[in-house]
Amino acid sequence: MQGETGRAKLFTRRAVILGGAQTLLLAGLAGRMYQLQVLESDRYKTLADDNRINMQLLPPPRGRIFDRFGQPLAVNQLNYRLVIVPEQAGDLERSLDGLGVLIPIEARERERILREAQRKRKFVPITVRENLTWEEVSRIEVNAPDLPGTMIDVGQTRHYLAGEEAAHIIGYVGAVSEKELEGDPVLALPGFRIGKNGAEKIFETALRGKAGSRQVEVNAYGRIIRELRRNEGQPGDDHILTIDMGLQEYTNARISHESAAAVVVDVHSGEVLALVSSPSFNPNSFTTGISQTEWNALMANPRFPLTNKAISGQYSPGSTFKMMVALTALDGGIVNPSQEVFCPGHMELGNRRFHCWKRGGHGRMNMNSGITQSCDVYFYEVSKRVGVDAIAKMARRFGMGEKSGIELPSERKGLVPTRDWKLAVHGVPWQKGETLIIGIGQGFLLTTPLQLAVMTARIANGGIAVRPKLVRETQRVGRRLPDSREPFPSMGLSAVHLAIVQKGMSDVTNSLRGTAYRARIEEPGMAMAGKTGSVQVKRITKAERERGVRKNEDREWKDRDHALFVGYAPVDSPRYAVSVVVEHGGGGSKAAAPIARDILREVQRRDPARRGPEENIHLDTAAVV
Amino acid sequence: MVARESLDGGRAGMSLLQRLLQINLILVLLICLPALVGFAMLYSAAGGEMEPWAARQIIRFGFGLVIMFGVALIDIRFWLKSAYIIYAGAFALLVGVELIGDAAMGAQRWVDIGPLQLQPSEIMKIALIIALARYFHSVAIEDIKRISVLIPPLVLILAPAALVLRQPDLGTAGLLAVSGTMMLFLAGLRLWKLGVAFAGLLGAIPVAWQFLREYQKTRILTFINPESDPLGAGYHILQSKIAFGSGGIFGKGFLGGTQSHLNFLPEKQTDFIFTMLAEEFGLAGGIALLLLYFALIAYGSMISLRCNSQFGRMLGMGIVTTFFLYVFINMAMVMGLVPIVGVPLPLISYGGSAMLTLLFGFGLVLNIYIHRDVQIGRRQHHVRA
Repeated sequence: MQGETGRAKLFTRRAVILGGAQTLLLAGLAGRMYQLQVLESDRYKTLADDNRINMQLLPPPRGRIFDRFGQPLAVNQLNYRLVIVPEQAGDLERSLDGLGVLIPIEARERERILREAQRKRKFVPITVRENLTWEEVSRIEVNAPDLPGTMIDVGQTRHYLAGEEAAHIIGYVGAVSEKELEGDPVLALPGFRIGKNGAEKIFETALRGKAGSRQVEVNAYGRIIRELRRNEGQPGDDHILTIDMGLQEYTNARISHESAAAVVVDVHSGEVLALVSSPSFNPNSFTTGISQTEWNALMANPRFPLTNKAISGQYSPGSTFKMMVALTALDGGIVNPSQEVFCPGHMELGNRRFHCWKRGGHGRMNMNSGITQSCDVYFYEVSKRVGVDAIAKMARRFGMGEKSGIELPSERKGLVPTRDWKLAVHGVPWQKGETLIIGIGQGFLLTTPLQLAVMTARIANGGIAVRPKLVRETQRVGRRLPDSREPFPSMGLSAVHLAIVQKGMSDVTNSLRGTAYRARIEEPGMAMAGKTGSVQVKRITKAERERGVRKNEDREWKDRDHALFVGYAPVDSPRYAVSVVVEHGGGGSKAAAPIARDILREVQRRDPARRGPEENIHLDTAAVV
Repeated sequence: MVARESLDGGRAGMSLLQRLLQINLILVLLICLPALVGFAMLYSAAGGEMEPWAARQIIRFGFGLVIMFGVALIDIRFWLKSAYIIYAGAFALLVGVELIGDAAMGAQRWVDIGPLQLQPSEIMKIALIIALARYFHSVAIEDIKRISVLIPPLVLILAPAALVLRQPDLGTAGLLAVSGTMMLFLAGLRLWKLGVAFAGLLGAIPVAWQFLREYQKTRILTFINPESDPLGAGYHILQSKIAFGSGGIFGKGFLGGTQSHLNFLPEKQTDFIFTMLAEEFGLAGGIALLLLYFALIAYGSMISLRCNSQFGRMLGMGIVTTFFLYVFINMAMVMGLVPIVGVPLPLISYGGSAMLTLLFGFGLVLNIYIHRDVQIGRRQHHVRA
């Protein structure tokens, strides 16, 4: 047991040392408490009073949108807001009474403010009124000493300088919906707006930029004492569109009385110079919240002002499609351009009779006169020989049946029917007669005005597969961002074949027998080429035909034909392509061709200026925020 | 004393009633007092509500007391015999969390066994002390000098500590290592050897640094200079000091801690509960709690010293030392003296696992008091009259 006793003694000795050490350490803790709570207490008490560290998000200024020459289309305006902090205001009701003398506060607004004050924490500012005028701001500022807890807060509101005239291109911003709240925390800021339509929607992320933040220490009353950290974030990228706002305005003015769409593209670059859908709407109504009356009026309008007809309106191309049929025949080597077809005014297939638009018939037609006079029977015959699938293939090469990829939301892709498509979708085989109808651009065939403009551009530029684009360049804080877009490939079409079609289109406007001769451009060097189209909206019954087809003007608006025209100019060295669709406008040569002519003339007149600055466009950052 | 002498012959088998009567009520009282303080603070942390913390903590404490008495009443030789089995079981669970544990708060610490969530590292704290107590119980004083004798206890300490560090739980790993070292010290290990071991540990720091997670590194780095980054990782320390210091001598009153209630104080119901107490009751309250803890530690140490068997002594002192380490690390942590390592304030912080571990441990302290006169041989675990 000697060992056992020794062990106990050693243990006791060690335990006492350990206990002593523990006691010392605990005493050390007591000393630290004394230091913190007595010696340094005052300092920490002050810190505690000042101690409310807040993180605030700094919404980035939204990227601006300009036209190709740097004319501002969408900018941010300063929005003066009156906010009130309940904690500082003391008696909120009395404060509101006081404010009511200076600026009118509706009873409903008053209720909302009081309700918000109850829900939110006392030091959170509540918006009393937005969009204050300068006069109102100064009235409040002058009386500030008598209005405890009120502050003028400056925010930014989107303003569309282009208004209705570019509403379909630029779109508009609106409040963030519940569904869109994910991701970026800046979206949750009160009053934050995001793109809901047009370029504003498509370029949302780039336009929005990255939110900055600052961390501030605020005192018990919510007043900021000091800024601890600040991260400026990154302002949204400025977008310079390909649009020429002057041309856009002109085009608008030209078609605004119709339900119509018009698109102008540069045949080499694919740059969209004007893209108009009529009627339009005022995008500024959306930024501050549209009124119910205005919304209802927009929704009830039978001409659908909210729809961008240039990219989501789908129309049968009518006779403007005949170039596709001609090219199919030439490309396949099936028809010789000088080969003639006799047009007696109709064509028989099986037991059905297919009529030409000219009741008496055109007589002997070759490819050039077929296009120039838009003879239906000629194209019935050609399409019967080449077949629908070959036509469809050609139409697809020209960009139909698929989205063009323009930087706008809700583009539709149209429809290019084939035999397989009909069997798959309708479950019945293709009828031979349907090929004939496709041959004159009707039936199942659907295209958008933008597709028609692209088709025309591809014919005019000698078979380069241009695609439309809406953005010329983007700038981040004044510096041009690299453009990764590649040059367009050739479509591999024969120049000879294209020249035949181009000649036909030129004769449409420039030869006496052409369907749009009356809409020709007479200014030297500006002459245009084109093709008319009229699309039946309602089937003409046999009885009606026998009675004599009523003229468009005598029919109800919604029963009239759609009028179409596609064209390019100048005819010798094409630069601009245009497509015009006038819903229920009647005949293409009467309703659409003059519009297209005026637009092509205008764009050429603007030409010298249009070349404009190719270099980095310097945006005036000072003038518009 | 008389009663005990009369039982002398039958010490091998005290009846349950006899053991029950031997329960040290002073120790029980000293355990209950901090727990009561804890309930009050949890009530305050919830803004003057029993839910969600105080009520559950009371239930847990009651459940823990039952376990404590159960542990106390079992014969001390059972604990001696099962020491290594308990250790092995705890170690197996620790390995288990590596395989099946859920990651909670970025750290893999929990094992689900049916409805029960267990924190094996907590069990290991007690199991390590039991195992080391048994080991040194069986080693003769002359043998302590031999280096080879030190290898098994070092393995016993380092193996679980390494596993816990991997989880990663810096606080618990450190606690295991330090309380193990304290056991070596109590066992009579030469001081210079401890010195060598300590030097070795210092040398291992750069190696261990590699294994630390990013957040652990920032914790240590910001501890060195918390004010450099008042909103990042230094936030907790700074906020804790502000709340602490603003309490002053008598505090802001019960339920009156502005910093705590405005949520500037992080984890006020767990790791930072002492800050809240200090804010509400000031220096007076802080010192009072410190004295309560001191009384419990001192009294527990006395019980251990009074014990006749080396196993009992080592066990009791080991548990009291672990308890001390909890108290010291937590308080030093919230006062900005050591890095934030996530060690709760024993008997007060909200949390089931630590509470059960501690009460289990105090059950063992009660146990060695009941069995203070039982003689246990070094090798054969039978009674020596």
